[in-house]
Amino acid sequence: MEKRRLIYLDNNSTTPCDPRVVDAMVPYFYEKHGNAASRSHQFGWEAEDAVDYAREQIAKLLNVEDKEMIFTSGATEGNNLAIKGVFEMYAKKGNHIITLETEHKAVLDTCKHLEKAGAEVTYLKVQEDGLVNLADLEAAIKPNTILLSIMWANNETGVIQPMKEIAQLCEKHGVLFHTDGTQAVGKIPTHPREIGIHLMSFTAHKMYGPKGVGALYVSRKNPRVKVTAQIDGGGHERGMRSGTLNVPGIVGFGQAAEIAMNEMAKDAERLSRLRDKLEHELSKMEETKVNGNVGSRMPHVSNISFKHVEGEGLMMTFNQNVAVSSGSACTSASLEPSYVLVAMGLGDDLAHSSIRFSLGRFTTEEEVDFAVKAVAEGVNHMRDLSPIWEMYKDGVDLTKIEWSAH
Amino acid sequence: MAYSEKVLEHFKNPRNVGTLNKSDKNVGTGLVGAPECGDVMRLQIEVDEATGLIRDAKFKTFGCGSAIASSSLATEWLKGKSLYEAAKIDNMDIVEELALPPVKIHCSVLAEDAIKAAIKDYQEKNGLVAALAETEAVTA
Repeated sequence: MEKRRLIYLDNNSTTPCDPRVVDAMVPYFYEKHGNAASRSHQFGWEAEDAVDYAREQIAKLLNVEDKEMIFTSGATEGNNLAIKGVFEMYAKKGNHIITLETEHKAVLDTCKHLEKAGAEVTYLKVQEDGLVNLADLEAAIKPNTILLSIMWANNETGVIQPMKEIAQLCEKHGVLFHTDGTQAVGKIPTHPREIGIHLMSFTAHKMYGPKGVGALYVSRKNPRVKVTAQIDGGGHERGMRSGTLNVPGIVGFGQAAEIAMNEMAKDAERLSRLRDKLEHELSKMEETKVNGNVGSRMPHVSNISFKHVEGEGLMMTFNQNVAVSSGSACTSASLEPSYVLVAMGLGDDLAHSSIRFSLGRFTTEEEVDFAVKAVAEGVNHMRDLSPIWEMYKDGVDLTKIEWSAH
Repeated sequence: MAYSEKVLEHFKNPRNVGTLNKSDKNVGTGLVGAPECGDVMRLQIEVDEATGLIRDAKFKTFGCGSAIASSSLATEWLKGKSLYEAAKIDNMDIVEELALPPVKIHCSVLAEDAIKAAIKDYQEKNGLVAALAETEAVTA
């Protein structure tokens, strides 16, 4: 019996480093350990060259100028810098920010923080399929709106927003457009200038690079956008983000970006085929529901609710072999079910029953086949234990029961 | 978040999973929780008329590993007890036995609620008002 490696289908949470990325990084831990800001010697110049090269590699992936890249510690920092930075820089123009209920906490919590500082924030509802309604969006724009922040692809459902149409609205009304590109960059083509996006945050560890390094794209021409630095101390990154650069991390990031640029299309095709297979097989089971717009979605993500079965319990039946995530309350620190799924109108019970599968570059067909079998067995086992499954099978209308909720 | 050995054991081999006939006079059914909360437990007891002791208990649970383990453990403890003894089962006994972390204590509370709901249902069905008051006093 072959030794089975734990199967990893949680790539939206983080990805393993591509070995080629780590190989590129190693010298910058040892003999090439210089600080990129050291002007006076070889160590510094070497480090600076490496950073410049990485900047170019990443700029190529986005099809923008390398000068438009600010290095950060990750997407969370990038979101903070973009939103707070714009709010402060453009305070004279207005104080209204528009975002979606389904954004990542890095965006939502930043907005909440700014509300205390005098910002007015509109958290737009989304449709049942996870997409924003463009008419609602346009209606929300006001004379004092300075920024719109809408993520390119959602981390829980993989749903991709209509970026071009949103950008056109922003152009029409003179509003800056920021996107959290974390789940999209390196996996699908993300060219902010072509779309009309002015700021984009993203991170290395979602694209087979190391954790702890990310970047914020800030448009330099047509329009020239600036952000007020959130971290002061030396004026690095054109005064927009101070601090010694994470040289090995940046080198790895650059390498990851180059690999992504070359292999993205091939990966996407292979993964969408595997994802479709997994989804198709699991949807054969009774009472399953795929969450999110399947026509506008990342190729490697599938979010499925298995009705009448709780997510954490279900994961426990196979988590010795398969790693995934769930929208169940039991898996969150706050004991609240996934706010993204709830915002889509799913209902708490479907949110509790949801599992997110996110495939990756190193996922094999064999692993997908094994996962399908393990999940299906798990669902059946949990349904045998479930009183609400029994009631459903007996034809009881669960919506009519008076539950003793506490 | 690592589960205790006991929780894993109950999860892998749950005791007394099943359904008793709820219209049977000797069966008390407790259904607690709500699908929106992610926790629903159905706990049933079958009482021996002659001895007044619980001779069988069954459960089904929609919930996480800790919820399933809590209700499974409850059915184990209920067998052979009198209703009065059963009403004295406290959620903290379950927490201790299963080594539940703070974030999972509410699962044990729900199990205790399920036990009490099953007892109450049986007593109401059998017109045992006095006994009902006695067991409710234990809860208070």
